[in-house]
Amino acid sequence: MNKYERMMNFDRRWIFLVIAIAVVIPFFAPLGLPIVVTPPVQRLHDAVEAIPPNDQPVLLSLDYAPATVPELEPMALAILRHSLQRDVNVVVMTLHPAGYGLAERAVTQVAEETGSTYGEDYCFLGFQPGISAVILGLGVNIRNVFPEDAYGTPLNQIPMMDGIRNYDDIPLAVTMAGSGIAEAWIYYANQPYGQDVAAGVTAVIATDYYPYLSSGQLAGLLGGMRGAAEYEETIQQHDKGVRGMDSQSSIHVLIIILIVLGNIAYFGASKRKRLAEREA
Amino acid sequence: MRRQLPLALCFIAGTFMAVQYFIPHPVVQDSYERLLSWLQTLLAFAFLLGTVSLIRMHYHKIRNRAEDRGYSWVTLIGLVAMIGLGFFHPEHNAPGGWFDLVFQNVQVPVEATMFSLLAFYIASAAFRAFRARTLEATLLLVAACIVMLGRVPIGDLIYEGIPSATQWILNVPNVAAKRGIMIGVGLGMMATALKIVLGIERAWMGGGE
Repeated sequence: MNKYERMMNFDRRWIFLVIAIAVVIPFFAPLGLPIVVTPPVQRLHDAVEAIPPNDQPVLLSLDYAPATVPELEPMALAILRHSLQRDVNVVVMTLHPAGYGLAERAVTQVAEETGSTYGEDYCFLGFQPGISAVILGLGVNIRNVFPEDAYGTPLNQIPMMDGIRNYDDIPLAVTMAGSGIAEAWIYYANQPYGQDVAAGVTAVIATDYYPYLSSGQLAGLLGGMRGAAEYEETIQQHDKGVRGMDSQSSIHVLIIILIVLGNIAYFGASKRKRLAEREA
Repeated sequence: MRRQLPLALCFIAGTFMAVQYFIPHPVVQDSYERLLSWLQTLLAFAFLLGTVSLIRMHYHKIRNRAEDRGYSWVTLIGLVAMIGLGFFHPEHNAPGGWFDLVFQNVQVPVEATMFSLLAFYIASAAFRAFRARTLEATLLLVAACIVMLGRVPIGDLIYEGIPSATQWILNVPNVAAKRGIMIGVGLGMMATALKIVLGIERAWMGGGE
């Protein structure tokens, strides 16, 4: 077995070990790499910035499951911080059955940080099944879909919901999703009702949403942990997103190195094999 | 009658939902609102159906002494425990309640860990399978490397043109390809919807006739 074949048969557990080290070390020794904000993130930031304080609320639908928490929760926290610190009211809900506890955790954490008051600055509507029916229903009347909030208080008794009937009273809806739920918001809220919709999605599916961004159907897009880091940069509050960027940088460089090494090994071994066949 | 009634209901509901979009009359819009409420109620039953199906499948595995029935026990015990905690704990919805405690400390880390394992497999696959064998594969490989570098801050440090190249790849070739696929999918969806509404496609009734 020549050196190229040895490289190709490399025990993958060594790769796993190197990846683990490359992920963990930047958390203890941050590189502090600068974050450049891209236009899709800046557009979402500007859309939130354009909402007048103590007026109509942002609708934040945290439609993610535990699997995608590391990527999507930093985005949710950054947008919640941005909104509540500017006194922009926030209505939080979820369309994912496993999203209830996660949405509640995110909004409670930021509300405590910012000293926001439940019912006046933010409220939590909880979960409703039926993604398309719920999104369409919100365009008719929020109270038809969510007659009460997650804790059983009728929406009519929540001060910040006074005068909020449907999408006409919501300047921006933001969804955080690791699945097709973000697309459902475009299909059923943006298209029929003209609702401004922005999305935060996992890096794996972010490329799927660029057509909606260029067509204007999305008011902004956060893609993966990089999106969260950029949003944190726009509000100058670095948290999990920016912290994760150093690890992600090292992993991406490592994967490129592995691709190059894999190709060197493959073509080296192929060349040796051809030469050996010719000699034989 | 067993076939005609569902087909007629499907035709009426499907046609109404398509037509109501163009008729702003209050009677039509009220009916639309009512149908949306029904739809939400119907979709809620999907959870019940899913739960019953899950229980039946694992029950049969245990009953038939399948080789991997241990996992079925774990699934059923987990299901019963979580439903029990959710229903019977007085403050099941409150943060810090038993249900929330198990969810936040078991479900969340377990699922996040499973998803995180993807990084290890992607790295291993990148080494073993991502080969520049053809021109198309080489183009894909080069584009992937540019996007990977452009999506992290270190790309800016390596060469300032990388983020711009990444944005161009995402905004131009990516959007062009995705639009083509989406238009194709959209036309396919419309054709399928029409076939269902007109009763040509009847697989949803549980038979081919």
